[in-house]
Amino acid sequence: MKRIAGMPQAMSPVVTHYCPGCSHGVLHRIIAELIDELDLRGRTVGVASVGCSVLAYNYFETDFVQAPHGRAPAVATGVKRARPNLFVFTYQGDGDMAAIGTAEIIHAAARGERITAIMYNNTIYGMTGGQMSPTTLMGAVTATTPYGRKEENGQPYRMAELLAQMPGAAYVARTHVADVANIVKTKQFIRKAFEAQLNGLGFSMVEVLGNCPTNWGMTPVEANRYVLTDMLSYFPVGEFKDVMKEALAGVHP
Amino acid sequence: MEPMMTMMKGNEALGEAAIRAGCRFFFGYPITPQSELPAYMARRMPEVGGTFLQAESELAAVNMLLGAAATGVRAMTSSSSPGYSLKQEGISYMIGCQLPCVVVNIMRGGPGLGNIQPSQSDYFQIVKGGGHGDYRMIALAPSTVQELVDLTILAFDLADAYRNPVAIVGDGLLGQTMEPVSFPPVQVHEEEKDWALTGADNRPKRVITSLELNPENLEAHNRVLQAKFAAMEERETRWEEYRCEDAELVVVAYGTSARIARAAVDVARNMGMRVGLYRPITLWPFPAQGLSRLADRGVRRFLDVEMSAGQMVEDVKLAVLGRARVDFYGRLGGMVPTPREILIQIQEVMGGEA
Repeated sequence: MKRIAGMPQAMSPVVTHYCPGCSHGVLHRIIAELIDELDLRGRTVGVASVGCSVLAYNYFETDFVQAPHGRAPAVATGVKRARPNLFVFTYQGDGDMAAIGTAEIIHAAARGERITAIMYNNTIYGMTGGQMSPTTLMGAVTATTPYGRKEENGQPYRMAELLAQMPGAAYVARTHVADVANIVKTKQFIRKAFEAQLNGLGFSMVEVLGNCPTNWGMTPVEANRYVLTDMLSYFPVGEFKDVMKEALAGVHP
Repeated sequence: MEPMMTMMKGNEALGEAAIRAGCRFFFGYPITPQSELPAYMARRMPEVGGTFLQAESELAAVNMLLGAAATGVRAMTSSSSPGYSLKQEGISYMIGCQLPCVVVNIMRGGPGLGNIQPSQSDYFQIVKGGGHGDYRMIALAPSTVQELVDLTILAFDLADAYRNPVAIVGDGLLGQTMEPVSFPPVQVHEEEKDWALTGADNRPKRVITSLELNPENLEAHNRVLQAKFAAMEERETRWEEYRCEDAELVVVAYGTSARIARAAVDVARNMGMRVGLYRPITLWPFPAQGLSRLADRGVRRFLDVEMSAGQMVEDVKLAVLGRARVDFYGRLGGMVPTPREILIQIQEVMGGEA
């Protein structure tokens, strides 16, 4: 009998704490499926960050360490340098990576650390109650921008494009998980990011646009529509760095 | 055969001792007056198959240490006062996560950027917490380069034994002093660490975290930590008594101050004064019991000497509990007391009693 569906082995058989309609679960599953497919479960160490995904270690059947806010790339660096045969990934939000952890992510990329950073960008601090993050869109109402994000708050910046400039980055992409076609594409992109690490090519990062129905005050359907319209118009999806593709095309940066 | 003596700077001897103790991962960041240590590690680690990594900040360095320690390897970071402040985040997390590691603070004058001269003004920060949460860590305070070597080797064993960070507390003078040292043969006990993250290959997954949202569980976790701290207090308190047997006055000092005070005590003895030196080797656990015993035995005066405005003196007073008078002499902002200054203080205290 052929098994055509089921729970990935790398995913723990537990109920998550995520809100109804939240796309963290979709992203968790993609990562778990890839860990299974690439046979990485026995040599993976995940690094959980601070935010809604702090409890990610409860949902993966792999070794995990929890990092202080923003420091996941530094912790992952320590893990990978100490045991280079391990497969190491961080799972961070936009507040964690693009605000408090800017120095750590940029320098991990610059050093070409053989780690993979997954950024779940839902343009908000979810765990603390929906405050503005560096990626919050202009005009968006949050707990700390009750009149909408204005010029004085600065403008949202694009992390994937920023990291793609780093000489140590081997693979950098942005994708989203608001429809089925792009869930499939997200898995393709993260697979490439994982393979970049496994092949020792350097640092890899995938920014995944996700939703936050609770803090956006939307239904899950409305929230995914916001991803597909407002967020996609500011955060283009695509691959911004792919040294494998560049090598095949004869590009020498 | 006796181990050979070599001339080394304190900072470099510390690095060599760490390597002999099995440390193969060092995460550093430049700051005076500890910069010789990362430079030494950058040179030596490749020779022993280890890793030296210069981080982008002290925050990153201490979190790299957290990651390495989580995999069960012996690892270290070092800094000086302003940088040590930044390490507090990682130290609190590592204590919460029960991760062994060694953290070095070669203290300099503060507060703020202060200067690069030797100081002992981070005592409160190291001994009383520094980071957030109810925690303790063993703090070793050597006063010679040889003792720096010996205590560095001990630090790694203590860190592993208690699964807790251990601090090595020096100052710019100790770090920069060049002295003859010998490196004792070290047996590194590489015991299986059944908590280390090595990949869940044919075993259940392991999680290292300091997060526990349920307060009952977090209290229970804190009780476990407190029991460890109590065990450290019970077993790891270290100090040295010098010429205290018949002393009427006992000078209390650690590290560089103790070394200078020792010279002053010798002169005072030559002058016929019954003076001794009590030198805490562990700043935490603080060696209160020895002081208490001296107070019980009839020492009527203690003179605490520090390169600070008076930090350890609070612990000395707590140990003596009003049984004797406790005086204080301190130099601040990177100034180092001379033996003569301390001798004058001794004479004043002794004379004041007459």
